[in-house]
Amino acid sequence: MGLAKRIIPCLDVTAGRVVKGVNFVGLRDAGDPVEIARRYDDQGADELTFLDITASSDDRDLILHIIENVAAQVFIPFTVGGGVRSVNDVRRLLNAGADKVSINTAAVQNPQLVADASGRYGAQCIVVAIDAKRVPGTDELGWEVYTHGGRKATGLDALEWGSRMQGLGAGEILLTSMDRDGTRAGFDIELTRAFSDMLEIPVIASGGVGNLEHLAEGVLQGRADAVLAASIFHYGEYTVRQAKEHMAGKGIEVRL
Amino acid sequence: MSSIAVIDYGMGNLRSVSKAIEHVAPGAQVRVTDDPAVVRDADRVVFPGQGAMPDCMRELRGRGLYEAVIDAARDKPFLGICIGLQMLFERSEEGDTPGLNILPGRVRRFAHQLVGGNGQKLKVPHMGWNEVEQRVEHPLWSGIAQNSRFYFVHSYYPEPGIPGLTAGISRYPAEFACAAARENLFAVQFHPEKSAAAGLRLLANFATWVPVERNLRNAA
Repeated sequence: MGLAKRIIPCLDVTAGRVVKGVNFVGLRDAGDPVEIARRYDDQGADELTFLDITASSDDRDLILHIIENVAAQVFIPFTVGGGVRSVNDVRRLLNAGADKVSINTAAVQNPQLVADASGRYGAQCIVVAIDAKRVPGTDELGWEVYTHGGRKATGLDALEWGSRMQGLGAGEILLTSMDRDGTRAGFDIELTRAFSDMLEIPVIASGGVGNLEHLAEGVLQGRADAVLAASIFHYGEYTVRQAKEHMAGKGIEVRL
Repeated sequence: MSSIAVIDYGMGNLRSVSKAIEHVAPGAQVRVTDDPAVVRDADRVVFPGQGAMPDCMRELRGRGLYEAVIDAARDKPFLGICIGLQMLFERSEEGDTPGLNILPGRVRRFAHQLVGGNGQKLKVPHMGWNEVEQRVEHPLWSGIAQNSRFYFVHSYYPEPGIPGLTAGISRYPAEFACAAARENLFAVQFHPEKSAAAGLRLLANFATWVPVERNLRNAA
């Protein structure tokens, strides 16, 4: 027995509340972040990820209060991402009680940010989020990096980008398949596996989970170190515990 | 009322450590501090840590905390966490940095290209929940089941110079010391403040721990 594969529920937060919706459309209030974090903790979540989808900077500071409240009551690791642009943003989130900070668009705009933040606070708290989309019409498999919540193509090859981020000091990669996100058709296994096999740092698979078997596939076929999902947990379809029991039944080591 | 100093040397997230201690020991006065005088006055000292060892050592010296930490490790209940464990040893491979030399032994990096029992590549940092096998009976393990999982995130691990120091081990894939204990000192590689019920229990145990091995000035 050894290190367990992690299950990470992801919560979208705006204006101090957890919301749920599809592609930022039709957001509905899903409750108090601290309450929801505690519920997932009770169910045995291994970590939590909060994504700040706030559009205005006025509301942005609310996430700091949320982090403080979560840190005072939930004693498992949690990551905060969304709108992180500077080392100072990283510092504020960590000081409020976040354990890790996820950087996406800003890493593309300024890769040195990843190096600076990692050098200052350690690789263990720097997650680089990569939104990757398949490049159509080529014989060889390829994925391109997108930023700005998946709206902007960068021309960067996702695998090369992941490797570069590892070299600059990322401690972990949160890898989201744009093709699968929101489809409930399962992870992009080829993408996940390509990253997991290439990188020495852990890879979190994200995007496309529609049932518990998808989580197991992410680990067994995609070789992910952790699996992230939102909607299957938010809508009360499955609990984190059910997910873990299913994975354990497939021979995956989990924390039960 | 017991006072607990959480040493702040400017690196990483100390809030989660202080919050977790406040949660389990509501009667204690918890202070996050970089003031050597506060460290000296405290009944108990927690030495948490994140970041890179060379930076941490530099910050300790720069803030005048070096001596206060060494004194605290000598004579009052002392809990080291992560880098706060690694810094107690003679030397770390991370930047080939000298440590505080309170415990014999050195700190090494996990090998590149680690492979697990099933042939799958093992990633570094070692990140996530791993089992901890308790190797000694100790008040800080009280009420914590053997092989409970704790949350780890690290690329370096301690190699104690004498086997008697090892209070617990974990495996990745080879066995490594993840807890060290001596007299008034207990130090762990994992993060109790992020290890749910098992971690909170360890912190609660620390908040009331009275070491018996030596005459301790401040064991409250």
